[in-house]
Amino acid sequence: MSDEKLDEQNSTGVPAPEGPSGLIDTDYVIGQDNIAGNRFGLEVDLHGKVFTFSGLIILAFVIITLALQNEVGPVFESTRVWLTENLAWFFLGGANIFVLVALGLIFTPLANVRLGGAHATPDFTYAGWFAMLFAAGMGIGLMYFGVSEPLSHFGTSMGGTSMEGGARTDWAPLGAAAGDQDAAISLGMAATIFHWGLHPWGIYAVVALSLALFSFNKGLPLTMRSVFYPVLGERVWGWPGHVIDVIAVFATLFGLATSLGLGAQQATVGLGYLFGVPSGDTTMVLLIIGITIIALGSVTLGVDKGVQRLSQLNMGLAGLLLLFVILAGPTLLIATGFFEYLLSYAKNVLPLSNPIGREDTNFSQGWTSFYWAWWISWSPFVGMFIARVSRGRTVREFLIAVLVIPTVISVLWMTALGGTAIDQVVNKGLDSVSAASGDVQLFEMLSNLPLGLITSSLAIFLVIVFFVTSSDSGSLVIDAITAGGKVDSPKPQRMFWAIIEGAIAIALLLGGGLSALQAMALSAGFPLTLVLLVACYSIIKGLMSEPRAA
Amino acid sequence: MFNKILVPVDLAHIDAIQRALSTSADLARHYEAEVCYLAVTTSTPGTVARTPEEYQHKLEAFASGQGEVHGQSTSARCINSPDPTADLDDVILKSIEAVGADLVVMATHLPRHLDAVMPSHGDRIASHTDVSVFLVRPA
Repeated sequence: MSDEKLDEQNSTGVPAPEGPSGLIDTDYVIGQDNIAGNRFGLEVDLHGKVFTFSGLIILAFVIITLALQNEVGPVFESTRVWLTENLAWFFLGGANIFVLVALGLIFTPLANVRLGGAHATPDFTYAGWFAMLFAAGMGIGLMYFGVSEPLSHFGTSMGGTSMEGGARTDWAPLGAAAGDQDAAISLGMAATIFHWGLHPWGIYAVVALSLALFSFNKGLPLTMRSVFYPVLGERVWGWPGHVIDVIAVFATLFGLATSLGLGAQQATVGLGYLFGVPSGDTTMVLLIIGITIIALGSVTLGVDKGVQRLSQLNMGLAGLLLLFVILAGPTLLIATGFFEYLLSYAKNVLPLSNPIGREDTNFSQGWTSFYWAWWISWSPFVGMFIARVSRGRTVREFLIAVLVIPTVISVLWMTALGGTAIDQVVNKGLDSVSAASGDVQLFEMLSNLPLGLITSSLAIFLVIVFFVTSSDSGSLVIDAITAGGKVDSPKPQRMFWAIIEGAIAIALLLGGGLSALQAMALSAGFPLTLVLLVACYSIIKGLMSEPRAA
Repeated sequence: MFNKILVPVDLAHIDAIQRALSTSADLARHYEAEVCYLAVTTSTPGTVARTPEEYQHKLEAFASGQGEVHGQSTSARCINSPDPTADLDDVILKSIEAVGADLVVMATHLPRHLDAVMPSHGDRIASHTDVSVFLVRPA
């Protein structure tokens, strides 16, 4: 390209498309609303309004929650109950739409579009890419719910249904399977896989694809507001855009805090179970502080040397634990169970995802709707992170990798851990597993297998590494949103967010425990679901205007 | 004494590196060396360019512009990174080898207490390479 042509472009601020991709024409220059320079001895480069608003509100939230620990608890609890009761249909319906859009796109010619333009090449190898996808998306939840959720659904399904005043009081999924052991196992596993399968990944795929498309192919900044360009046009650079970005920051922070809270709780309980470390608020707070310091080290090292390496370590260790459970547990049962439960999932997925007229209200509101809100609330984080590492992949490659592979791994994980625990209860008569509380069940199950102490220690270590990988990649994402989409902003900003994440997790755990975490994840998930519905429209519109590779 | 001078630049902050740019041009004239301008860009859209290719073009234009002004031979090297803030030092160190540079001229800030925990890029480069490094401080 000649210099003359470059100058011409600079003067209008609108670069011509480079190679085959459909850049959007806009006068907006990324970072034009940023405050940059040296403040308080630190280099900063951040979006004035988005950073200030989200930063101040979050700080106020942390301080109030910590100051009024006893008063805020009931508020969180009633918020959680109200949201799950009244918005369950909305979360369930929304998630179905996301899965259908993501799955449907794979089979259309639109999926031939390459993220980053037709000539883009991937930044990471398949191994590094998958590890980061998975570590970011599921993380701690797999450790927390891997044993407890299958056991819980199995138990409630066995218990059958019970009615009081015309409403179901049991927690069983669908019509339960009273007294029928095999049917209860099958239904329980189907319900678990449902929560960890296509739906969460469909949600992530929608967010990640929309961000990647509008950033890499359309040339807009890597923030949530860019996805609204087809709807709002140039107005996305003003207040409507600021609001969308602030919602994304909140959702990410609270979604992450839920995960971090669960992780801290489980690691504390595990340390107490194994080594007699006193499990209380002090241990939990110290643990969160310690882990946040490690996360600080990781964000300083960056995506390549920090996050990617830890994600790979994470995947390696999780794979080791999975392999051990498969070999030391009921291997044959797990192998046959994998296909059996997958089939059961396929059979039950439609009734389980039905958003209206459900009779199993406790299950669909207390479990499914909470999960969906949780996945949705941390979808900007996972989505943006996935987007950032997925440049150079085609849309089809991307969707298959994001939807199918993690789903299959989740099924295997749940089958191995949950199946082993159920086998211990049903066939070996080891009731200690089902009698333990949710966060101890993983360690109880492992202690019934050989090398219990080693594998349980590995499990605690895994929880901690998952915690770190969530916290560091989360900080990078929030930093990008609050820096107006710039990913090359100074380091102190990402460190600030890593510290804030730890602080929120501590504040919420002290101020109301798990219920507070869930309440905030749900409240943040609601406005974001609306955002994602618009994203579905934008993806299709954006892909249609994109030149397609043959 | 020097044949190839590597000059890390950030097209978004050209004014902040003016002193380093003139220093490198003067040195290049004295030693009749080639100047190679190095930039690290993101794969996501940024202030300067919306695609890595566009950044590459702008850097090439910048390099040839500098060459014309100072009447010396220049080249451009643009590296794409998912996380430039963290990867900058590595990119510079690898580029020194790749282009065969024997002198690095780069802008840096005044020493400060924070350098103990977060060393400046110039600091890191100087302590991790065999070639000579000229750190240009602000006036």
